[in-house]
Amino acid sequence: MRDQIILRIAAKILIGPIFLFALYVQFHGDYGPGGGFQAGVIFAAGVILYALVFGLDRARAVIPTAIVTWCGTLGVLIFAGVGVAAMFMGGNFLDYGVLLYDAEHAQHIGILLVEAGVLVTVFGVMVTLFYSFAGRRRSR
Amino acid sequence: MIAAHLPAIQVLGPLLAAALCVLVPWKRVSWGIAMAGAVTAFGAAVGLLSRVLGGEDIRYALGGWAAPWGIEYRVDAVNGLVLLIVAGIGVVVTLFALTSVEREVDERRIPLFYGAWMLCLCGLLGIAITGDAFNIFVFLEISSLGTYALIAMGSDRRALVSAFRYLIMGSIGASFIVIGIGLLYVETGTLNLADLAERLPALYGERTVLVAFAFLTVGTSLKLALFPLHVWLPDAYAFAPSAVTGLIAATSTKVAVYVLLRFFFTVFGVTYSFGELSLGMWLLPLALVAIFTMSLVAIFQRNIKRMLAYSSVAQIGYIILGISFASVTGLTAATLHLFNHALMKGALFLALGCVMYRVGSVHIDALRGLGRRMPWTMAAFTAGGLSLIGVPLTVGFVSKWYLVLGALEQGMWPVAALVLVTSTLAVVYIWRVVEAVYFGEPSARADSVSEAPLRLLVPTWALIAANLYFGIDASLTTNVAGQAARALLGGAP
Repeated sequence: MRDQIILRIAAKILIGPIFLFALYVQFHGDYGPGGGFQAGVIFAAGVILYALVFGLDRARAVIPTAIVTWCGTLGVLIFAGVGVAAMFMGGNFLDYGVLLYDAEHAQHIGILLVEAGVLVTVFGVMVTLFYSFAGRRRSR
Repeated sequence: MIAAHLPAIQVLGPLLAAALCVLVPWKRVSWGIAMAGAVTAFGAAVGLLSRVLGGEDIRYALGGWAAPWGIEYRVDAVNGLVLLIVAGIGVVVTLFALTSVEREVDERRIPLFYGAWMLCLCGLLGIAITGDAFNIFVFLEISSLGTYALIAMGSDRRALVSAFRYLIMGSIGASFIVIGIGLLYVETGTLNLADLAERLPALYGERTVLVAFAFLTVGTSLKLALFPLHVWLPDAYAFAPSAVTGLIAATSTKVAVYVLLRFFFTVFGVTYSFGELSLGMWLLPLALVAIFTMSLVAIFQRNIKRMLAYSSVAQIGYIILGISFASVTGLTAATLHLFNHALMKGALFLALGCVMYRVGSVHIDALRGLGRRMPWTMAAFTAGGLSLIGVPLTVGFVSKWYLVLGALEQGMWPVAALVLVTSTLAVVYIWRVVEAVYFGEPSARADSVSEAPLRLLVPTWALIAANLYFGIDASLTTNVAGQAARALLGGAP
């Protein structure tokens, strides 16, 4: 679709705001609807749009498959890591209350980190799925 | 600190291992991480069960949120035993996997294989340990997704189709379960199992509760392959890599049986499920048909893995039979058989894994005359087979004994007789293999093979040794199973 100028320009204009919106949804998740899962999907949608318009190879040049796979597991480690950190600081698993000097800030930072883990994993898995389906005919 | 966090560590060990397995590119390191995860889980399971047997009621509030608001992990004798089964089999089969998987799975996929392997283990342990209904569903999905991927990695192309079929059936089962849980939540406003158990008696007359019960029963029955919902199982077991068959045959259906027990006895209560709805009347014929027809079908299988898969459906029938009595002896038999069947099927499938490693096929013709070439493997298979039949001095005998006792206690003479008659069907299908192995003329291919390497034989024989040990000294297992049965019938978890 590289010859479709309207699509190309529209994609170029849209991709930036899509990423920004993903971050908005991510940080809005503490107070309202939103959070890591939705933000991860929106983030992945930005990458998928890029791949659809500019081709899989260019998308892979920007974000290689290996990194995407890493993201998928890294998020799990962030999530579990926060939980384990809470365990070492005297709370139960995932008890954010003990992470910082006072419980309120600690809960805030805890959920933020966990949501970040969710974002990274969901983003990684979504893009992995897209890459593997899109690249299927080629690898044969 | 560790003692207090054992319930979390139980699930966390495999979960962290799953993520780390995928990150490292070296297959041996990946295996090492998986092994560490499995050993951690096993240590936690042993610690938890010993504390439960000491009379402790273990509760762990995740995130510090007290039940019933937060998710709670809760361990009693029933799931303590299930945790021990799953984690113990996990360690042995992971040990076996090192060599077996390198032969049967594509080299580049091995780190991913161990990732899925650990996720499957993590999910199964999670289902067993959690005290939260929705959490059961989440872990069920984790373990199922891991299992689908593991089955699809089989070397036979048909593995893909059977994994897909399992995916469809498993998803239907899981959605039935989540619908059931959703209805319970609508009706009671809680997801905590203990809390549900307290609130449900007031709502026994409600139709929503009845529908929830039906959905949960059917969904779980699909997952545990109760006849006639077993059709996904034979192919999935037959075409999965050998180590995977060993893992799922010994653990995943057992965990599903545990979920069934939990809902029937702890959540809905025995007066509702077996008194008001007379579930025993429905389970008993299904169990008997499963035992009888599936043992017959097993006799005519030429692929031995498939044969054992059908035998598994029959053996699940025995477990359900024990549950259908809804008595202390019946439930003791069921929980005992949960443990014992895991040991025997694990051992048998690992022995077949040894054959697969050397011969590359588990077709009955390929096994002809192997008795002389692979004496240790075949001795293991025969010992496992004897245990499956229920010969004295093996675990199979102990569970059949309690099952017959349970049937006699209910005055069901024909059922007791049928249990004994169907054991002879097991004699037939095991004997077919034994005859081929020891008296058959070796084929050209079988003539050139040698004994399986020690790295495969040691885990196989470890399970056989457990079969014999718990068959001779059953005091530990019957004690735990009896305690579990009383806990289930006592109502409170």
